[in-house]
Amino acid sequence: MDKNFATRRRRDLIIAAGLAGIAALAPLFVKDVYVQNILILTLMYAALSQSWNILSGYCGQISLGHALYFGIGAYTTELLFTKFGVLPWFGMLGGGVIAALIAMGLGYPFFRLRGHYFVIATIVIAEIGLLLFQNWEWAGAAMGITIPIRGDSWLKFQFLRTKLPYFYFALGLCCLAWFVTWWLEDSKWGFWWRAVKDNPEAAESLGVVVFNSKMGAAAVSAFLVAIGGAFYAQFLAYIDPESVMGFQFSLLMALPAVLGGIGTLWGPVLGAAILIPMTELTRSYIGGSGRGVDLIVYGTLIVLISLALPQGLVSLFSRSKAKGATR
Amino acid sequence: MTALLETRGVWQRFGGLIANSDVSISVGRGEIVGLIGPNGAGKSTLFNLIAGVLPPTQGSILFDGEDVTRMPAAERCQRGIGRTFQVVKSFETMTVIDNVIVGALVRNTVMREARRKAHEVLEFTGLAARADVLASDLVPAEKRRLEVARALATEPKLLLLDEVLTGLTPTEAQTGVALVRKVRDAGITVLMVEHVMEIVMPLVDRAIVLDLGKVLVEGKPADVVRDPKVISAYLGDRHAVGA
Repeated sequence: MDKNFATRRRRDLIIAAGLAGIAALAPLFVKDVYVQNILILTLMYAALSQSWNILSGYCGQISLGHALYFGIGAYTTELLFTKFGVLPWFGMLGGGVIAALIAMGLGYPFFRLRGHYFVIATIVIAEIGLLLFQNWEWAGAAMGITIPIRGDSWLKFQFLRTKLPYFYFALGLCCLAWFVTWWLEDSKWGFWWRAVKDNPEAAESLGVVVFNSKMGAAAVSAFLVAIGGAFYAQFLAYIDPESVMGFQFSLLMALPAVLGGIGTLWGPVLGAAILIPMTELTRSYIGGSGRGVDLIVYGTLIVLISLALPQGLVSLFSRSKAKGATR
Repeated sequence: MTALLETRGVWQRFGGLIANSDVSISVGRGEIVGLIGPNGAGKSTLFNLIAGVLPPTQGSILFDGEDVTRMPAAERCQRGIGRTFQVVKSFETMTVIDNVIVGALVRNTVMREARRKAHEVLEFTGLAARADVLASDLVPAEKRRLEVARALATEPKLLLLDEVLTGLTPTEAQTGVALVRKVRDAGITVLMVEHVMEIVMPLVDRAIVLDLGKVLVEGKPADVVRDPKVISAYLGDRHAVGA
């Protein structure tokens, strides 16, 4: 039994390393900038969704306000850079830490809420954050911040002529988020989170400090999402509140995980690999500039998945071996 | 030696309803104590007060020489109070072994050790063959057993069993009884709330009968079932004759 478990963990790690290796070679064959763009976004959303999955999937605290942490990562990095000349690498970490602290500050009152009330609170708070930034003159208000680009530089993490550095950063972030999840899955925290999700009262009776577990999950999740936000800001070289803190980001973090399999190790990656390219393609081929068709497409997809495979797409893979597996 | 668990003048009011009034009981080390009484007697409330689900309105609870009256449930678990739930609360999306690991993590911070402990407990409770099954796929009797296994994995000094034998077939109940004895033989004190008299009376060393929120009678099971107060409150004539 234990051997089974260890084998599965090792197999996951090998598959992940293999996939990352293949992904790392992709730019050799993909020269088209448009396609590279889609790949970068796919990797980024996979990383974001993986991070969202830690709080909402494993710990069961469904957040539809993660755009807030994404935006905080973006804004911290760019404000520090444009106002104080702090390199984005430090801004990124700073953004992560601030987002984690805010997540815990918000968790303090909101983790007392249950189920739908918690979800509503997350949406409201993210909207408040958006409004604050839209009216915060020093931070550029609704006009946003343009990041001054002075040529390609790893130090400033900005590139004009090539998208490859962004690609590799997104891949690295995706690997990091996956690895953190993988590692946490077989840790005290991972077990505590799943216990809290399934039954907080029983968890408490087994010595799980429910409140602290939620706080821990929120902090890790927000930290990683903020790193993603910082990356996105550098990638766009321009940010405004709507384009880094809009509600669509909260959705786009949740949907891949839901589609692929919420609370699973592979769900977010699998979901993002399907959802994000599809969104981008429908947007450019059918939807034009309108925001309608892509939403209809993935709305339909989510409905179909919830009806046919409520555990998400990963259940297609696990079903055959479900009897023997630890999960 | 002092008692392992002691409640001193515990009251619990829910608005106008008094669920426990001035309940003082004690449970000695190594005992199996049955907490019985008709529906609405306040058994579950007292049970929850001891487990730490809520603090009593008045009175105090001492465990292992320490006042735990206002201590949260998780901390009481760390001190050595394990419990099961009357309505089973398995972690449904987790496997049996993972359910038990959650409990084992209280005293084993290294995953490998927690896992080993969990396997040990599954062997002890006879669930080893079901280790890799999802908790949601267990039959009711196995779920009861999992509740016990999870609590045992926390290595409690006192195990609180909330109607673990209720609703089982006679065979399953007998296996349950054997398990409770085994638990006690492993040096763990047991306080059990139970409905099924025929099963619980031969099992316990001492019975405490609650009625209308108060301790009605307490003593050896054989004496308790003969007590006229108990008979009139709850057990009925059938038992009076049988005992």
